[in-house]
Amino acid sequence: MLAHDLGVLLPEVLLALYAMGALLVGVYGRQQEIAGPLCWVTAAVLVLLGLFVGFSSGTDTAFDGAFTADGFGRFAKVLILFGAGVTLMLSEAYMTRRGIMRFEFPVLISLAVLGMMVMVSAGDLMTLYMGLELQSLALYVIAAFRRDSARSTEAGLKYFMLGALSSGLLLYGASLIYGYTGATGFAAISEVVAGEQVSLGLLFGLAFLCAGMGFKISAAPFHMWTPDVYEGAPTPVTAFFATAPKAAAAALFARVLYDAFGAAVADWQQILAFLAVASMFLGSVAAIGQKNLKRLMAYSSIAHMGFALVGLAAGTVEGAQALLIYLAIYVTMNVGVFAFMLTMARDGQPVVEIRDLAGLSKDRPALALGVGALFFSLAGVPPLVGFFGKWQVFAAAVEADLAALAVAGAVASVIGAYYYLRIVKIMYFDAAEAPLDRRMPLVHGVAISVSALAMGLGWLPMVNLFGVPEAAAVAAASLLQ
Amino acid sequence: MDNILTLVAFLPLIGALVLMLVLRGDDPAADLNAKIVSLLTTTATFLLSLVVLTGFEPSVGGFQFVEEGKWMMGLSYKLGVDGISLPFVMLTTALMPLVILASWDVNVRVKEYMAAFLILETMMIGVFVSLDLILFYVFFEAGLIPMFLIIGIWGGKDRIYAAFKFFLYTFLGSVLMLVAMLAMYFDAGTSDIEALLAHEFAAEPFSIMGWQIIGGFQTMLWLGFFASFAVKMPMWPVHTWLPDAHVQAPTAGSVVLAAILLKMGGYGFLRFSLPMFPVASAAMADFVFVLSVIAIIYTSLVALMQEDMKKLIAYSSVAHMGFVTLGIFAANRQGIDGAIFQMISHGFISGALFLVVGVIYDRMHTREIAAYGGLAVRMPAFALVFMLFTMGNVGLPGTSGFVGEFLSLAGAFQANPWAAFGAATGVILSAGYALWLYRRVVFGDMIKQSLQGIQDMTLRERGIFAPLVAATLVFGIYPSLATDLFGPASLRLVHTVETRVAAAAEAGHIAAPPAPPVLAQVEAPADDEHGEGEPGAEQTESH
Repeated sequence: MLAHDLGVLLPEVLLALYAMGALLVGVYGRQQEIAGPLCWVTAAVLVLLGLFVGFSSGTDTAFDGAFTADGFGRFAKVLILFGAGVTLMLSEAYMTRRGIMRFEFPVLISLAVLGMMVMVSAGDLMTLYMGLELQSLALYVIAAFRRDSARSTEAGLKYFMLGALSSGLLLYGASLIYGYTGATGFAAISEVVAGEQVSLGLLFGLAFLCAGMGFKISAAPFHMWTPDVYEGAPTPVTAFFATAPKAAAAALFARVLYDAFGAAVADWQQILAFLAVASMFLGSVAAIGQKNLKRLMAYSSIAHMGFALVGLAAGTVEGAQALLIYLAIYVTMNVGVFAFMLTMARDGQPVVEIRDLAGLSKDRPALALGVGALFFSLAGVPPLVGFFGKWQVFAAAVEADLAALAVAGAVASVIGAYYYLRIVKIMYFDAAEAPLDRRMPLVHGVAISVSALAMGLGWLPMVNLFGVPEAAAVAAASLLQ
Repeated sequence: MDNILTLVAFLPLIGALVLMLVLRGDDPAADLNAKIVSLLTTTATFLLSLVVLTGFEPSVGGFQFVEEGKWMMGLSYKLGVDGISLPFVMLTTALMPLVILASWDVNVRVKEYMAAFLILETMMIGVFVSLDLILFYVFFEAGLIPMFLIIGIWGGKDRIYAAFKFFLYTFLGSVLMLVAMLAMYFDAGTSDIEALLAHEFAAEPFSIMGWQIIGGFQTMLWLGFFASFAVKMPMWPVHTWLPDAHVQAPTAGSVVLAAILLKMGGYGFLRFSLPMFPVASAAMADFVFVLSVIAIIYTSLVALMQEDMKKLIAYSSVAHMGFVTLGIFAANRQGIDGAIFQMISHGFISGALFLVVGVIYDRMHTREIAAYGGLAVRMPAFALVFMLFTMGNVGLPGTSGFVGEFLSLAGAFQANPWAAFGAATGVILSAGYALWLYRRVVFGDMIKQSLQGIQDMTLRERGIFAPLVAATLVFGIYPSLATDLFGPASLRLVHTVETRVAAAAEAGHIAAPPAPPVLAQVEAPADDEHGEGEPGAEQTESH
C-alpha cells in the first residue's frame, strides 16, 4: 500500500530527495563555487521532472485521498516546473554578476516548487495547508534573499507578515469547514456540501478559505503585499514570483472550489466575481501611475489574476479550461518580459524604470519588436495570443450567464491597455537617452525570442497554441469528474 | 485558384515579412528597395483582387469564393465575399498602391513604415472578407496596432496623444462588441457569419431594472456592436478621436484612415447590425437618425470654423459618415445603396483631399489655411485637382459624391422625412465649408512671400491623382458600374430585414413600421435579380 502511495507521489518524492541532496552538497561542498552550477543542475532537474510529469497519465489517489494525481494536477505541475526551471536559468547570470548568488537559492526554489506540486494535488485540507506553507516559507526567505539590502529585507518581512495573516485566515476557514462537515478530505466535504443546505458556518469557512487563497494569488482586495514585494525583491526572485507561484495558487484555488465545493457554485461564484472585478480594475487603474517596471508588473499580475478568476467564477468545465489556458499564456508572457527585464542594465548597473526603455526601437529594433509583441499580448490585442486567453475566460463567463462579468472584464482590459501601450510608446515614440547595455546572455535571448514568437505566432493553425487548449480541456475534465 | 481570397488578404503580409526579414540596412538604397517592394506587393494584391472582381457574379445570392478551414481552439477560418463586401475589398486594394506612392518621400525608418502599411492592408482586407465572427474580430482589432505605430512614430507634434486616443477609443468599443459576439456565439451555437445571418435572435421585449428593453436580446447585442461601429464610423458624439488622429497622422495614414478604416464601421452595420438584429435596428433607427442628423449639422458647422486644413476635412468626414448611417438605418433600397455608394465615393474623395493637403504640406510644412492663398497662380494643375475633389466633397452632380448623398437622403426620406430634412441642410453647409476652404487656399492674390517659390505637382503626384480623378468622375456619371455590383445584395438585405421586422411586428415585439410615404416601394428580390436598372441610378441621371 505504502509502495503504491509513494509511487503516486514519485515526482514529489524525487524532488524532495533532490532538494535535500543539493542542500548537503552545498553545505559540505565549496559553497560559492558550487552555487552557479547547482542553479543549472536544479533547472535541468525541474525541466526533466516537468517532462516526466507531462508524459505520465492516469488518475490515482494516495494516502486515503489526501493526495490526488490527476490530469488537472499534471497540467498545473508542468506549468510550475517549466516556469520555475526557466526562471532559474534566467536568474543565474544576473545573480552571479551582482554577487548575490548563493547555493541556497536553487535549494529554496526546489523546496518551493515541491510545496506547489503538493498543493495543486491536494485532496485534503491538511495536504493543502502543508503544501502551501512549504511553498510560502521558501518564498519568504528568497524574497529577502539580498539580505544586505533594506528593500529586499523589507519585502521579505512584509511578505512574511501578510502571508502569515493569510495563512491564519485560511486555517480558520479550514477549521470552520472541518467543524461543520466533520471532514478534511475534499471528497467527504463535497458529499456534505452536495447533500444538504449549506450551513452558515460552512459558508463562513468557505469565505475565509477564499480570502486566504486570495492573498496567495494577490487578488484585490488582498493584494497589498504584491507591489512592495515585487519591487523590493531581487529581479530574478520577482520573475519567479510572477510565474510559478501564481499558477500554483490559482490552480489550488480551482482545485479546492471544484473538488470540495463543486456543489455550492452559487455560493462561491459571487465571492469570485467580486475578487475578479476588484482585481481587474484595481490592477489596471493602479498600474497607470507606475514608473518602476517591476511595480508595474506587480499591478499587471493583479489584473491578470482577476481575468483568470473570471474563468474560475464560471464554475464550469469550460471555466476551468479557460483558467488553465490563461495561466499557461500568462506564465509564458511573463517569462519573456522578465527575461528582458533581467538584461536591462546601463553601465553594468541594473535599471528597472520604464523610461529607461526610451528609444529602444531605434537602438535594437528586433528586441523592441519582441518586447512590444509581449506587451501587446499582455494587453490582449489580437492576433497576439494574450487575446485568446482573454477570449477563453470571457467565453466561459458568458456561457455561464455572467455576461456582466465579461463586460466588466472587457472594460478593465481597455484601461489596462493604456499602460501597456505607454511602454510601447516609450520604446517606439520617445527619443533615446543613453542606450541600454547590449549584453544579452544566450539564455535570455532565447527566452525572449521563444516567448515573443509564441505570443506572436501561436494562433497559426498549425501551431494551435502548442496544443495547450486540448491539454487544458483534458485537465479540466479530470477536475470535474 | 481555390484560395484566392486568402492570397489577396495575406499577400501584403508576406510583403511585410520580406521587408522585415530580408532587407538589411537603412541607407537610401535599402529605403528605395523597401518602397519598391511595397509598391510591387500592393500592385500585385490589386491585380489579384481584380481576378476576384471579374469572377464575381452579383446576381447570385450568398457568398462567393468561400474558403473554409479549421483554425484552433474550435474556431474556424472562413473567408468569402458578397456584393456588400467586395466593393470594400476593391477600394482597399486599389487605394493601397496610391498610398505607397504618396509616401515616396518618407525618409525616417522607411522599412518599418512600409511594413506597417502592408500589415495594415492585410488586416483591412481580412475584415471585409472574413466570414467568421472571431476571425472578423481579430482582423478588426489587429489593424489597431500598425495604425497606432503609424500615427505615433511618423505623426505630427501631438502624435502621442492622438495615437493613444485613437487606440483606446476604438479598443473600448471593440471589446464591448466582443462580449456581444460571445453572447451570439452561445445563442446560435456557431460563429459562422453565414449561419448567423440565417439565425433569428430573440426579440421578445424584457425589462432590466425596470427599464423596458424593446427588441430584447437583439437590442442588447445591437448595442454591443453599435459601441464598436459607432466609434469606428465615427458617429457624434464619439467622433472626437478622428480629428486628432487625422491631423497628427502622416498623409498616407490619414488617407488610409479616412478612405478605408472608417468604412469598417459602415461595413459592420451592414454585415451585422442590420441583417442579424433587424428588429433592434428598426427599434433604434430613430436614435441613429437623431445622432446622424446632429453629426451632419454640428460637425459641418465645426468644420466651417477650422483653421487647420486636415482638421476641416476630418470633420467633413464625420458629416459624410452621418449620411451613411442615415442611409443604412433607413433600411430600404435607396438608403442602403446610397450608404454603400457614399462610403466608396467618400473613400476616394476624402483620400484624395488628404493627398491634396499632403501636396502643399510637403512644400510649405504647414496645414494652416491662413498660410496659403492664391495658389492658382503658381499651381494651376493643383488648383484643378483640388477643385474637382472639393466639388466631389460638396456633392456636385456629376461627381460620385452626389450619387451617394442623394440616394441616402432619398432613402432616409422614406423612413423619416424629418431626418432627411435635417440632413439635407448638411449638403448646403458642406458647400459652405468646402468652397470657403478652396477660396482661401487657391484663389485671391498670392501675397504671402513664402509662397512665391512654390512648385506645381510633380509627375508622381499627378500619377497618384489621375486614377482618383477618373474614379470620381466615372462613378459620378455612370453609377451603375458600382450599383450593379452591390445592388442585388443590398436588395436581398432589405428584403430579409423587412420580412423579419414585419414578423416581429406581427408578434407584437415592436410597433408596426410605418408604410413608406412616397417613392418606390421595394420590389421582392425575385423579379429584380438582373437588368431592370437601378432605381437610384435613374433618379440620379434625371436630376
